Amino acid sequence: MRKKTKGVYASKMKRATHMLFYRRHHKPGVKGWELHKALGADYPKVLEVLDEYLANLDLQVKTVFEEEKTPTEKPSLEELDKARFYVTLRGELQPKESKMIGWRIDDLAGLAVAISYIISKKGQAPRKDVEEVLSEKLPGWKVGLNIDRYIRYGYLIQDENDQLYLDWRTRAEVDEKALIDMLLSAEAKEPLPSEASEKEIEDEKEDGEAEDE
Amino acid sequence: MESKKAQKKLGTEKLQRIIEMCIAIENHTVDPFLLNVDDIIKVVKEYFPQWEKPEELNLDAEAISHLASAIKLQSEWVKQRSTTLYTDPFLLEEKIAQATKDEIVSVFLRAWHPLVELEQISLFSLSEALQYWERLLPLKERWPEVAVPEVAMGTASWDELVRQRILGDKVFSDELEIFWRELKEKVKEKGTDGKMRYWDFVGADTYEETVHRAFMASFLISYGYATLEIRPLEEEIFIEPFEKPIAKIATQQSISIPISVTYDKWQKWKRGELD
Repeated sequence: MRKKTKGVYASKMKRATHMLFYRRHHKPGVKGWELHKALGADYPKVLEVLDEYLANLDLQVKTVFEEEKTPTEKPSLEELDKARFYVTLRGELQPKESKMIGWRIDDLAGLAVAISYIISKKGQAPRKDVEEVLSEKLPGWKVGLNIDRYIRYGYLIQDENDQLYLDWRTRAEVDEKALIDMLLSAEAKEPLPSEASEKEIEDEKEDGEAEDE
Repeated sequence: MESKKAQKKLGTEKLQRIIEMCIAIENHTVDPFLLNVDDIIKVVKEYFPQWEKPEELNLDAEAISHLASAIKLQSEWVKQRSTTLYTDPFLLEEKIAQATKDEIVSVFLRAWHPLVELEQISLFSLSEALQYWERLLPLKERWPEVAVPEVAMGTASWDELVRQRILGDKVFSDELEIFWRELKEKVKEKGTDGKMRYWDFVGADTYEETVHRAFMASFLISYGYATLEIRPLEEEIFIEPFEKPIAKIATQQSISIPISVTYDKWQKWKRGELD
């Protein structure tokens, strides 16, 4: 790569990093057309280079195409312009780290169950069914609050008929196929330290939802 | 001869049964895999040489067409079951019920790649914000207070309020009733099918009067005295009075329909160009 071209790419990578890491809108991430406008038509190449660079840090540039429109082959520029780009973790979180990023084991387990259940029902499930599944292992008072929280965070979306669907954040963050495959076939790789004791649940009950958002 | 007739009758019955079965599959009341395609094709082939009349051939074609639909459904079922994301909900529910919280979280963490975001203020944004603050006028300059002279409390008569144009010379509800009666009379005189063009009703000699009439017409519609019929393709709007005001309109979820009553439109109406 010539020195000048290298310089141009370095500067575009910096710009792309700023756009991807700092939230510009209500939702995180950047639309393809915004990157196109800021970086030029070669922005997919810039993102590719940035992705390679981020791999060293265990991060990746994640592309989420419009709903139901994930191209099977190499996406066109038009498809990329309509897609949304995020920076996500490339590898896996260690169980102990989940607490570090602000999730309690119960809440995370509830999220995992809700997402897998909805996927198994072809992407749509009545809220009361999801509540029923969750209430088998979570206290009743927590179930509704948790589902509301998953909706607020953008993992789930609810329509006027109380049907739950997967929302943008699940599409961006969760490898749906891997989740289901692992849930069906594999045993847990590494058991978590039993940090969510009943006492902790009781403590949270007392704290109520003060910690939320 | 008799035997051929009986054969034909039997064949017709068999085809009808096949059609019924396929329709049930199309309606998702029967499992598509209950249908043995090879057997059915054998039956269709067996009787096909005997069909002579158009209705017999029609029945044969109908059976083939429905059979094709049933085969399509079978293929869709196979395709759906073989997609990588298809999961038997019962199996999954069972797995979820059996797994401990730790196990579920452990699996989820291997499929979860949370977003990375930064929240940080920069020197540049701070200096931009400070510059903005310097340029920002104080509130009292941006929103100057209206100097309201202090006056002693007093009373005003109805006539005075009308003279000051705070109140109309009629009670609003009376004015609305009169306007409604006018609409009903005009529709009787000039309207068709109990309605008339919106502009023919609200249009008046002056633009000010037209705006006032459009304003009143909006209340007629909102309060259930009349309704609008909009024909988007012809770009025409009709107003239709009700014989009695419909009270439930106010309780139902209503929609707003903006109708622009511009000076240009009023002039076009005056020149008869809105027809």
